[in-house]
Amino acid sequence: MILSNLITVILFLPAAVALLMIPISDDTEHGKSNVRNLALFGSLFTFAVSLFLLFQFDTTTPDFQFVEQYAWLGGGINYKVGVDGISVLFVILTTALTPVAILAGWDAIQSRVKEYMIAFLILETAMIGVFVALDLVLFYVFFEAGLIPMFLIIGVWGGPRRVYASFKFFLYTLLGSVLMLIALIAMYGISGTTDIEVLLREGSFGPAIQTWLFLAFFASFAVKMPMWPVHTWLPDAHVEAPTAGSVILAAILLKMGGYGFLRFSLPMFPIASDMFAPMVFALSVIAIVYTSLVALAQEDMKKLIAYSSVAHMGFVTMGIFAANMQGIQGGIIQMISHGIVSGALFICVGIIYDRMHTRMIADYGGLVNRMPVYAFAFMVFTLANVGLPGTSGFVGEFLTIVGVFQVNTWVALIAATGVILSAGYALWLYRRVVFGELVKDALKAIPDMGLREKVVMAPLIAATIILGVYPIPMFDITAASVENLIQEYRADLAAHYGPDEVMVAEAGLSLRLTGGVE
Amino acid sequence: MDQITVTLPPVNILADMAVLRPEIALAVGAMALLMLGVFRGGESARLVSSLAALLLIAVAGYVVWSWGTETTAFGASFAVDAFASFAKVLILTGSALAIIMAQGFLRSEKLERFEFPVLIVLAALGMLMMVSANDLIALYMGIELQSLALYVLAAFNRESKRATESGLKYFVLGALSSGLLLYGCSLIYGFTGTTNFTVLAQVLGGGEAGLGVIFGLTFLMAGLVFKISAVPFHMWTPDVYEGAPTPVTAFLAAAPKVAAFALILRVLSDPLMPLVDEWRQIVIVVSVLSMMLGAFGAIGQTNIKRLMAYSTIGHMGFALVGLAAGSAGGVKGVLIYMAIYMITNIGTFVVVLSMRRKEGMVEDITDLSGLSRTQPLLAFALAAFLFSLAGIPPLAGFFGKLYVFIPAVEAGLWWLAVIGVIASVIGAFYYLRVVKIMYFDEPAPAFEHVMGTEMRLILWGATAIVVAFIVIAGPVGQLAGQAAAALIG
Repeated sequence: MILSNLITVILFLPAAVALLMIPISDDTEHGKSNVRNLALFGSLFTFAVSLFLLFQFDTTTPDFQFVEQYAWLGGGINYKVGVDGISVLFVILTTALTPVAILAGWDAIQSRVKEYMIAFLILETAMIGVFVALDLVLFYVFFEAGLIPMFLIIGVWGGPRRVYASFKFFLYTLLGSVLMLIALIAMYGISGTTDIEVLLREGSFGPAIQTWLFLAFFASFAVKMPMWPVHTWLPDAHVEAPTAGSVILAAILLKMGGYGFLRFSLPMFPIASDMFAPMVFALSVIAIVYTSLVALAQEDMKKLIAYSSVAHMGFVTMGIFAANMQGIQGGIIQMISHGIVSGALFICVGIIYDRMHTRMIADYGGLVNRMPVYAFAFMVFTLANVGLPGTSGFVGEFLTIVGVFQVNTWVALIAATGVILSAGYALWLYRRVVFGELVKDALKAIPDMGLREKVVMAPLIAATIILGVYPIPMFDITAASVENLIQEYRADLAAHYGPDEVMVAEAGLSLRLTGGVE
Repeated sequence: MDQITVTLPPVNILADMAVLRPEIALAVGAMALLMLGVFRGGESARLVSSLAALLLIAVAGYVVWSWGTETTAFGASFAVDAFASFAKVLILTGSALAIIMAQGFLRSEKLERFEFPVLIVLAALGMLMMVSANDLIALYMGIELQSLALYVLAAFNRESKRATESGLKYFVLGALSSGLLLYGCSLIYGFTGTTNFTVLAQVLGGGEAGLGVIFGLTFLMAGLVFKISAVPFHMWTPDVYEGAPTPVTAFLAAAPKVAAFALILRVLSDPLMPLVDEWRQIVIVVSVLSMMLGAFGAIGQTNIKRLMAYSTIGHMGFALVGLAAGSAGGVKGVLIYMAIYMITNIGTFVVVLSMRRKEGMVEDITDLSGLSRTQPLLAFALAAFLFSLAGIPPLAGFFGKLYVFIPAVEAGLWWLAVIGVIASVIGAFYYLRVVKIMYFDEPAPAFEHVMGTEMRLILWGATAIVVAFIVIAGPVGQLAGQAAAALIG
């Protein structure tokens, strides 16, 4: 029974735990710890259940699996969920990082603990929903539903400029996504269905309408991603959000944009995607180089990591729109890796912020003397952020550059300089915070990571290194779906432009290369 | 035009009366309650209120029970169909809830008079006539019966300058709009020779729509647009909302809007459907202006009742987007939109009515500061209503917007939908501002916990519907679809 409704169970478990929490009083210390424990075990349980998805996942087929469908709004709009090779990893990423985020805010959040945990669990349901929804309207509902809890998380538990940041976050992303709503309705009007599976299989929109639909979706995903120049909400949101909010924001909310490109833009509007690919490349490399330079100049650690996120997402968009095996798989792996690494970096900042209540780089220095374990953890994630071979960051960055190299060498060249810049700002940050003499009096008594913090960090370190050394499982899971996506994409382009025009040779090259990677 | 001969069904008083059972029950009931109040004296306000609410609910029950009957009465000047039933259930529920919600307020403000529930019942009667009107004369009669009751209600607090001002303003402007409407009706009659909708539809369907009819249509619409307080006939709304006693505002914002909108739907998509290209232009302009004015006008407001007035103006604009589609889907969308709008508004006003401190009622938005700490459940409910009004999924308001945008885009009005969503983002700002005040700001002194059981029930009922609409959206959509099909076959 549970297996036939596996996705629904995973989807609504966090929300159900949140409902359970409502009657608990969090006025006393005892009540607070009850709430925390319930949230932690609820999210861990969700994670455990979601692992079934991974174990039962059939890597040989590009079709959707664990599909469930029930009548919902009528008129062809149904409740339909399922996963394929592209989405399943994001589901696992979400369920895995939610308990981490909850643990990250364990002691830092002391006021209104219950509301905080409820917001996180509702947010988890919304995030999972985005990745499993197989109906346009259902997708949109989940895509937007996450705004409400995140708005409250930033606004209630955030820093001094939380009101500004929360409004900017909400209105920016809302403005992007309402245009997508119009596009969704237009797609419904044209094709008569909102079933994503059907739209992927049969949906062929005319080239003219594709352009408009693509732009509407692009407005939404580019803001969410975020791509330059619509990234400005992200540094504000990150800086003001509590640690756990930043973790979820960087690790999962940003991935909705990339997922959207893979699920909608590329397969449903291939001609427009092909047409706009140069624009995406341009925006991506500007993001990579420009935001890396901006990151170099930051004095606030969270802001620095926020800008580095924008740069890393530039690799993702670049890889996705290269539309070949390396590019897309690299993009997916880059997103998963960035989810782990940037989340961990925000926790690293949170750990010292909880002790010193400042995020200014200048207020730190020489932490290695007092906090060796912390210095080690921070180093792993810094290097992964740089993309050192052997860490998960390398795989994605390398593959996206390989992918885009086949399409446009200039883009690959400029993007590669971004890697150097990222080494610059990340290592410089690390040097200024961790190395050097410990001269500041305030830091003289700073304690190293406690047990809870080590428990949070250990799995993230393990994941970073394992995925860096042995990424093959990720290739296996995504391969069939990505391959199918690319074939359909090329077939659509061939049908539109005529077979001679399309780079058939290139397709063969990229498939061969993938064989090599596997 | 002269070839058209339509035979209207003959008038058969007894059979026709049977069709009007809900209306007759309300009329007789209102008079009986009035007598009861007069003869029992000032003490009877509570009894009359309870009986009035029961009467409205019972009539609503009858309307639900008779769902699906489709017939006309009095020479086809009065129509009963699924469309009318859908609107009637909403109107009767809204009116009954308004009476119940008013009790605590009237008691504490020493306004407890038996005329209050009687006036609401009379207004409800007028509204039922409006939604069933199938003739321009019946339409005018319904509107006036409703409006006169509302004018008196707005000025119900005779001692208050604000309330009398609001009542007077409402009356003068309302009379003006009725005049415009009547002028429009007379032009239409003069140029087509009929007031009956069924005949009108055939006459206009013949393809002969002279300039005179279009003039009449324009005046008719001006009058109707006033009743739903859409731009450019919206000026009275903020002042009347602010000045009228809060329970009256709650009533004004809910049932009468549904009735007026149902009337517009019937008039435009039944007899005037052949003129769709003409009236669509008006609807689109009114819609865009209302959405934008509602969104921008609300930003600077400090009084929660004024804020809700601008919110109403904006929401009427959104509902008009569905109407502009001019299709059965559009009518369905508007009906769902109005149902959600009414429920959300009633819930919001329950919260506004509970904004009471020792020194009396307060209605500043800043009085809600930190409500999430002093009264977390109340704050949660209001936040749900506000997010719903802003149209954020998964709350009810999103589905309302979805159902009006779908037909608009299908009708090729995608740019209207784009303006609509942009207005909704601007509108989201001021709803968010209230949420911010409740959740992010430091607490203001707490409100007195005076909420009665009945208020609590209404509040949680409305919250449940708004939050769980995602589950019941399918069946509600089906009912609204049947209602729309009754109007546009």
